[in-house]
Amino acid sequence: MALLELHNLKKYYATQKAVDDISFSIEKGSIFGLLGPNGAGKTTLLRMITGIFFPDEGKIMFDGREFDPINDIVNIGYMPEERGLYKKMKIGDQALYLAQLKGLSKSDAMARIKEWFLKFEMQTWWNKKVEDLSKGMSQKLQFVTTVLHEPKLIILDEPFSGLDPVNANMIKDEIYRLAQKGATIIFSTHRMEQVEEICDHIVLVNKGKKILDGSVQKVRHDFKENLFKVQFSNKIMPEHLAIHLFHVIKPGERELIIRRDPEYSNNDILQYFINKGLAVESFNEILPSLNDIFIKLVEGTPSTRQFQAVTA
Amino acid sequence: MNKISLVIQREYLTRVKKKSFLITTILVPLIIIGFYAAIIAISVSDSTDTSKIAVLDDGDLLNGKIEKSKGDNIAYSFITNETEESFKAKYKKDGYNYFLYIPKIDINQPTGISLHSESSVNITTKSKVERSINTAIERKRMEAANIKPDQYKAINADVSIANPLDSGKNSVTKVATIVAFACGILIYMILMIYGTMVMRGVMEEKISRIAEVIISSVKPFQLMLGKIIGIGLVGITQFGIWIILIVGLQFLLPLIFPSMAHSATELAQAAPQAQTANGFTQALEGIGSLPIGLIIFCFLFYFVGGYLMYASLFAAIGSVISEDQQEAQQLVFPVMMPIIFAFVIMTKAVTNPSSGLAIFGSIFPLTSPIVMMARICFDVPAWQLIVSMLLLVVTFIFFVWLTAKIYRTGILLYGKKVTWREMIKWLGRRS
Repeated sequence: MALLELHNLKKYYATQKAVDDISFSIEKGSIFGLLGPNGAGKTTLLRMITGIFFPDEGKIMFDGREFDPINDIVNIGYMPEERGLYKKMKIGDQALYLAQLKGLSKSDAMARIKEWFLKFEMQTWWNKKVEDLSKGMSQKLQFVTTVLHEPKLIILDEPFSGLDPVNANMIKDEIYRLAQKGATIIFSTHRMEQVEEICDHIVLVNKGKKILDGSVQKVRHDFKENLFKVQFSNKIMPEHLAIHLFHVIKPGERELIIRRDPEYSNNDILQYFINKGLAVESFNEILPSLNDIFIKLVEGTPSTRQFQAVTA
Repeated sequence: MNKISLVIQREYLTRVKKKSFLITTILVPLIIIGFYAAIIAISVSDSTDTSKIAVLDDGDLLNGKIEKSKGDNIAYSFITNETEESFKAKYKKDGYNYFLYIPKIDINQPTGISLHSESSVNITTKSKVERSINTAIERKRMEAANIKPDQYKAINADVSIANPLDSGKNSVTKVATIVAFACGILIYMILMIYGTMVMRGVMEEKISRIAEVIISSVKPFQLMLGKIIGIGLVGITQFGIWIILIVGLQFLLPLIFPSMAHSATELAQAAPQAQTANGFTQALEGIGSLPIGLIIFCFLFYFVGGYLMYASLFAAIGSVISEDQQEAQQLVFPVMMPIIFAFVIMTKAVTNPSSGLAIFGSIFPLTSPIVMMARICFDVPAWQLIVSMLLLVVTFIFFVWLTAKIYRTGILLYGKKVTWREMIKWLGRRS
């Protein structure tokens, strides 16, 4: 069942169609990747999902009902890309304040903060001020304050920027754990290797439009280019290489990267190598990385969006 | 509603708990009182010592006794068998501070009386001596004219001219001017100090990038209003503490330095124009005749209305500033201008409260909180007051609504210089 459904969302600014007719749905308990180059409209989209902006057109369904920004806000935890904390406020007070704004009672908020602080080894921070924290430390605090009220939908915009690998893993593990407990997570980033690792499902937006939607595996299969990596235990001679079955992309002594001619099957190629007396050690298809797909899809469009007159 | 109160609480507590708040709140009145005490202390420091004056009365003016006025602590000693020339050289040696010489004089043209001293005699002592001599001369003249002191008293006129108003109320010009000026300045200070505090608070939220985090839990309008109210309460707290401290210290001061208070009244009496003292007591009496209730009500009204109106403007300005301090100054100037303008009108209104400019200033909502406060002591026609208040309420509601639109967009906008034109465009945008 879908926790969040977007139907034909539109948001136009004076000089840009920030979000231009985007629809997709997000399954409950899934980790969803919202990808796109800078200025693609991700932040605007997220701001509409969090109720900060109202869409010009379109409908948002949340948990089966129409999204109600005032009451559903407590079911959402949003960690925006442009995030910060009150510099002069004590860490504990700050967490308490943000939790209370999400509708938790003071005692409830207190108990949960203590629990999280313990988990993230932040107990000694309570009376420190934010200005004493390093960037990574405040990032952890921001994550805690985002998920503290156990929202159904957690939106993380570039959650790992500025985190060292140890802390990034710590947060990654928490993301998995939260998803297992039933929370739905929207994960917005440019870091494709993280998306590949974490997300079940992705949507790619560019210039305000959705250009890709599917599970990570499916997307990678859809974009595969019949590339294979073949390893041999004996040396490859030039006369071994045929012309019609495949193209050699990258030659080597005992390893080849080839592109299969779509008219032939994998078995045809294996047969060919065996007939040539080569001992095949491994034969693997190379699926394109999301990074490659991203670059391929976005390439050719200007790296920063140009302003345009909006007529609609 | 609950969220607004959370925001108010945070805005209030973080500011009130700050060390700098405590320091300014407590130090400012101490500095004011200290300054005031120092002025009095310095100006009366001499007169607290007893001056010893040798008197050589060649003119038999005093008949061997000197009539001292209240609080006069000069010790006079009469000397004989000396001349002005001979004693001039030795009065210091004999332990006197000054030497008063009265030659044989014509009481109708008393000249030549001199008070010898090494350095200039301070004004207090000099006027005390002058007063004593004047009393003596007056007595001699009365004797010469055969007037008994009782008769003189009966003749002596001490008239103050009343200024009855056609509306039938008492004239309170002098004290009203003081109170009016004080009220106007107070509102001016409140608008400036706490208005800019709101602006800095909004800038802080934007620059530290917390705004979007908060706005995902609270509506921008709630955040803005919570901040404005929270800081307004900080202002009320601060002014409350100041008033308590200043009033308290003023009562306490005479207890700590009894001589000082005494000297202060003495100083007032000793001043060459006796009318100052007269005016002073008159002023004290005048306070009673001021419409105190009306003043307090209006003060609170114009404080709340003016503050809400300007604070929302300052909040809007704060929300569109990205990082640049210079940009802040440029944008804030148009908001400061009417406040300064109002202050200028106020100084005029105090001296001429029913001029056209003053009436305009006290009704026009951008200047009315300051100007009307200055006029309120001078019997403002009811219709003007009502129109002014209504306009203020309408304007502040309009401004809060208007600036909320700018605020909502501005607070989420980063790294971009916003022009006035863009801000006006935002006003027309749907939410």
